[in-house]
Amino acid sequence: MKSVDASTDTLLFEVNGTPTRSTGDLQTPLLWFLRDDLGLTGTKFGCGIAMCGACTVHLDGIAVRACQLPLAGLAGKSVTTIEGVARTRAGQAVQQAWVQLNVAQCGYCQSGQIMTATALLRENQAPTDADIDAAMNGNVCRCATYRRIKAAIHVAARALSEAGTSE
Amino acid sequence: MNKAALSPARRRFLATAPCLIVATALPCRSGFARYADSATDRFAPNAFVRIGSDDSVTVISKHIEFGQGAHTGMATLVAEELDADWSTVRVETAPANQTLYAHLLYKWQGTGGSSAMAEAHEQMRRMGAMARWMLVQAAASHWRVPASEIRTYDGALTHAATARHARYGQLAALAAQMPAPKPSALVLKRPDQFRLIGKTSAMLRVDSFAKCSGRALFAIDVREPDMLTVTICKPPRFGGKVKSFDATRAREIPGVVDVRKVDTGVAIYANSTWAAIRGREHLDVQWDESDAQSRDCQAILEHFRQTARGPGAIAAQRGDVRHAFAQADKVIETEYAFPYVAHAPMEPLCGYLFWDGSRVRARYGCQMTTFDQRQLARLFGLPPERIEIETTYAGGSFGRRIDLGNDVLGPDFAADMAAAARGIGPGRGVKLVSTREDDIRGGWYRPMILHRMRAALVNGRVAAWHNTIVGHSFGVDSVLNARLPSGADALMVEGAANMLYDVPNFLCDAHIVQDRIPTSSLRSVASTHTAFAVERFIDEILESLGQDAVEGRLALLQHAPKEAAVLRAVAQAANWRGGTRTRDGRAMGVAVGRAFHTSVAQIAEVSIGEHGAPRVHKVWCAVDCGMAVNPDVIRAQIEGGTGYGLGVALFGQIVLQDGRVVQSNFHDYRVLRHDEMPEVEVIVMPSQAAPTGVGELGVPMIAPAVASALARLGRPRETLQLPLGVAPSALASSSTS
Amino acid sequence: MTVHIGRLCRIVARVLVVGATLAIALGTALALWPPGDEPAPPVSGAPARIHDPISRGAYLARAADCIACHSAPGGKPLAGGLPFTLPFGTLYSTNITPDKETGIGSWSDDDFVRAVREGVSPQHTLYPAMPYPSYTALARDDVLAIKAYLFSQQPVRAARTPNALAFPFNQRWVLPLWKLAFFRNRRMVIEEAAGVERNRGAYLANALGHCGECHTPRTVGYGLQDARALSGETAQGWRAGNITPDPWTGIGRWSDAQLTAYLSAGHAPGRSSASGPMAEVIEHSLQYLDADDIHALVVYLRSVTPVQTDPRLMVELKPQGATRSYDLLPARDTDLRTNSGARLFSSDCAGCHAWNGNGRQISYASLTGSSSVNDIYGRNVVQVILHGTRIRVGEAGAVMPGFANRYSDAEVVALTRFVLAHFGDKEGVVSEADVRGQRSDK
Repeated sequence: MKSVDASTDTLLFEVNGTPTRSTGDLQTPLLWFLRDDLGLTGTKFGCGIAMCGACTVHLDGIAVRACQLPLAGLAGKSVTTIEGVARTRAGQAVQQAWVQLNVAQCGYCQSGQIMTATALLRENQAPTDADIDAAMNGNVCRCATYRRIKAAIHVAARALSEAGTSE
Repeated sequence: MNKAALSPARRRFLATAPCLIVATALPCRSGFARYADSATDRFAPNAFVRIGSDDSVTVISKHIEFGQGAHTGMATLVAEELDADWSTVRVETAPANQTLYAHLLYKWQGTGGSSAMAEAHEQMRRMGAMARWMLVQAAASHWRVPASEIRTYDGALTHAATARHARYGQLAALAAQMPAPKPSALVLKRPDQFRLIGKTSAMLRVDSFAKCSGRALFAIDVREPDMLTVTICKPPRFGGKVKSFDATRAREIPGVVDVRKVDTGVAIYANSTWAAIRGREHLDVQWDESDAQSRDCQAILEHFRQTARGPGAIAAQRGDVRHAFAQADKVIETEYAFPYVAHAPMEPLCGYLFWDGSRVRARYGCQMTTFDQRQLARLFGLPPERIEIETTYAGGSFGRRIDLGNDVLGPDFAADMAAAARGIGPGRGVKLVSTREDDIRGGWYRPMILHRMRAALVNGRVAAWHNTIVGHSFGVDSVLNARLPSGADALMVEGAANMLYDVPNFLCDAHIVQDRIPTSSLRSVASTHTAFAVERFIDEILESLGQDAVEGRLALLQHAPKEAAVLRAVAQAANWRGGTRTRDGRAMGVAVGRAFHTSVAQIAEVSIGEHGAPRVHKVWCAVDCGMAVNPDVIRAQIEGGTGYGLGVALFGQIVLQDGRVVQSNFHDYRVLRHDEMPEVEVIVMPSQAAPTGVGELGVPMIAPAVASALARLGRPRETLQLPLGVAPSALASSSTS
Repeated sequence: MTVHIGRLCRIVARVLVVGATLAIALGTALALWPPGDEPAPPVSGAPARIHDPISRGAYLARAADCIACHSAPGGKPLAGGLPFTLPFGTLYSTNITPDKETGIGSWSDDDFVRAVREGVSPQHTLYPAMPYPSYTALARDDVLAIKAYLFSQQPVRAARTPNALAFPFNQRWVLPLWKLAFFRNRRMVIEEAAGVERNRGAYLANALGHCGECHTPRTVGYGLQDARALSGETAQGWRAGNITPDPWTGIGRWSDAQLTAYLSAGHAPGRSSASGPMAEVIEHSLQYLDADDIHALVVYLRSVTPVQTDPRLMVELKPQGATRSYDLLPARDTDLRTNSGARLFSSDCAGCHAWNGNGRQISYASLTGSSSVNDIYGRNVVQVILHGTRIRVGEAGAVMPGFANRYSDAEVVALTRFVLAHFGDKEGVVSEADVRGQRSDK
């Protein structure tokens, strides 16, 4: 039986290491809470139906599409966005590789690409091109920077393995 | 001019005085409160460069940065002549000011036609040189040494003999007092002196770090105090109008502030994006569709076919085509049909606008600055100078952000922003957002086009070539009006009317068929279809003559040396051996042409995968774009343009059934994904000629190259229509419902 | 909504000739058969906590789910117009708002009870798309409570869309004959020994919820096979599963928590999510039932005769592909270059569903353990790929878009086979012809 008045509640979770609370509608997608309530506009809106990956963030380390994640699913969990991912070794390596290879063109999809790539490197420290396709096919780039993204992931993976294990 | 050493106190006063003056001159009304020029911006020798006491070099770019690298390009040109330290360079897009920032060829302020480098390269170099010259004068004055003995390098001035050294920031304030030289009189660097221009190893783009850390500000990221976020409900069929609406359910959505009929639809005003989107989902609108477009695109194409039978407005002709066809040994005829295509930039259109009754300030990814400024001025009943436009980064354009100001086809984004502001009244900032559904279904597509091709072969040679083009024109009735004297639209025939092959008898004629469907320019404009028509047709002709696709083309490009050169370059790079199917099931296709003064040739290596899906493994591309200012940007644009063009070639189609657009989002408007992107090898032809453009040049040739390869793999000619990767059964069966 | 596709075409002709003779004989006997005692609360009726009669009627109308069939998309609720597309034409549901000209505003109590429990309206006999063969079990008081609720709603003027049926299906005089063969005017039989809760569950499932109309296999004449009640049936492309307590092919090994969660919110953790028509049932009907009534349903379902159906559709709880996959990466042997279904999954599906079947953002999107991905014919998988699905429970909702106008039949087959293999360890038996047929099953 649904609970009629449980739709707005105080929810406690963490965003980029900062304790955060929401007292709004629990069905609001995390994407809009991040952008409009917290002013963290690095996470982008591309489609709203989890088909383009521009809104990718990490939820307890797992890459998720914030446009389809209601706040209700966040209680006690930890969210990392593009604004915070460079604090991790993997995130920093990915960001540096992206800059080094001039990956970004319009740049709008790159927050999502970087977040997915960082999560991929945590799952697999030496992904092949096929692994990259399988993991990142959900992230659209209309500027078609795909090949540079692949190259940058390889550069980041090498940098991480040279420096030690990635986080 | 005061050459005496400045006392510390006087120096401090001079340092602060300019910024005091600057600060008090700024308007401080709320809504216009903006980041005031800080004390660090002290040296602004011209409208394009500012150097701060903190060494920062700010380049003001006439051109919007939407991925094409314009900011990096403008900055490279300035920084080269300025001898700036590249790591200190940052770029802003220029405010709306046609006097200061007009495109030197077009005379209006705006970006398009792959022409930023072409129009601004010398100007930007001179602007940088001007700043350097004044810094040198300042150092000469301050150190009391001859200016000719002062060297500049990497953001610093040095005088070897006296071992003096200063960074630009240290002398910025003094440089501001130096007399400004005439830019045209400055001596620019010789190519052998370049340190940044043409640098073959990648120079870091100026916008990379911001775009990789979530800091880059796009229009959708704008947050202004007290703003309302707005969505506008538009009719499901083009030409529909609001009859009535019921906002009861919409108003119940928390965060929805108001619902009003506005000039361009029904607007939801909310205090958050989610509320604006949800509010619109709960809005019930009744539409008056008496004047709306209700045809299927199949019917429109049939209409094109009928129209193609008669003579069109002549775009170009030479010789006597009728006579040549009468004498022909063989006539080859075919037709190519091109569907509507959506641009689908990654960032849906969005913009912030504040109107206080007497001025307007807009912040968005504005591409045609002068035209938007005029349009907004007209819509608000204000003089253009009262329309301030701050151009943000844009998440891709591919032509979509060109607002044509076409009253016949209907309002586009500038009019929507104005409607949102006027709907709520002056004094309240509005941020208009759109969703992916708005983007895919909202129109302004690359028009549907039909090409009819006929060639007359005499003695194994192409004696005549007749190309009839039928389609919608977005140019007429718009700011891009490019009607030829004959009545043809240059934006529809370019690439076909000026086809480069040596054919003695030639006719290109065109029909404009108007419709209510709003159409617009897609990356590479007419070349999105003319390149395919010309290159597929020449390929078919050469095939029927038993000639090699590259050699046969070269034989006909005697008067097009640049195109011949890129064709040879790409054939060599790809090790072209006729393109025929290899043992591992791959074939190659080739295409060459010119657009926006740039010559480009591509070869695609293709195989056929499961379900008959084309798989493009590698693309070689040779491009002659004059002097390569940023080789890595050129490579990136060719890679990206190839990917964009490939996505359009394989999947791009917008289907109308009963006047409604079938597609709505990325689940049914298919776009190229990671695993479908081929390897792209780019050969940049060495050249010292003035730079031309590359932004759009990756797009036109990939479709014909892939189609020609598929032909060599045995795909029947009738199935080589665009899009190449879509099975007909999907849409055919869904239309039975 | 529950007219069985295909079989009627073959059979009606036979019924007309042979059935007529038999039916008259049978019917005379059966017409004299008494309908049985009226069920009484607490087996029938609305929960005791609801006192106001209109609210009681509203609860019962929810449980009977009138709104799902009697509302058309874009139309006003209960005003009819929902099309039921059948091989021999289209039926439209009727306007049951109290409008006097176009609705039921002029109907008496008896008219309404007769229509609901016997399939006879003041104008004519109803097609059994209206599930009166199930509603016949209802107590008269409950039917009248529903009538009172309907009559408290806004009258909506919405003229009836005429049915567009081919001959001979448009001949209504056939229907009384059909009824003589396949319909019993009979109230629910209360089995005292089973206990109140089980009987309440039976009433909710059979009389009100009419679960059997989808979940019970049909006879050739479109009757219900009582001996195999609730063991599963396919209608309009959607597979309504085996919900008998068979441990291998039914819900026998679902926990109470899973059954309760499924019925009240449309998703059983570790098992199925309701999609298509069942999502509508959760959304319009079951989510509004009291916890006690949900429990009664669970008790009832556990008590029906277990029926074992095709063992090939047994649910694999630890499918090889999904369990060896991660969030972003599929199992090692998944090759996008040679498996076009996997390739489509990577770009279009993994964003919500994830390679490991966990559901990336919401558990509703989880696939591992779902009966649909264990159906070797992939019926519901094909349906949701083509047409999408949506559900709204309370304030929460989920939407999956449909890909019908994007995928070819071959692509749907490839993707379905991948999903069945990866999440169900099943070798899919799906053809392009199957997919083509399901395109019109919305």
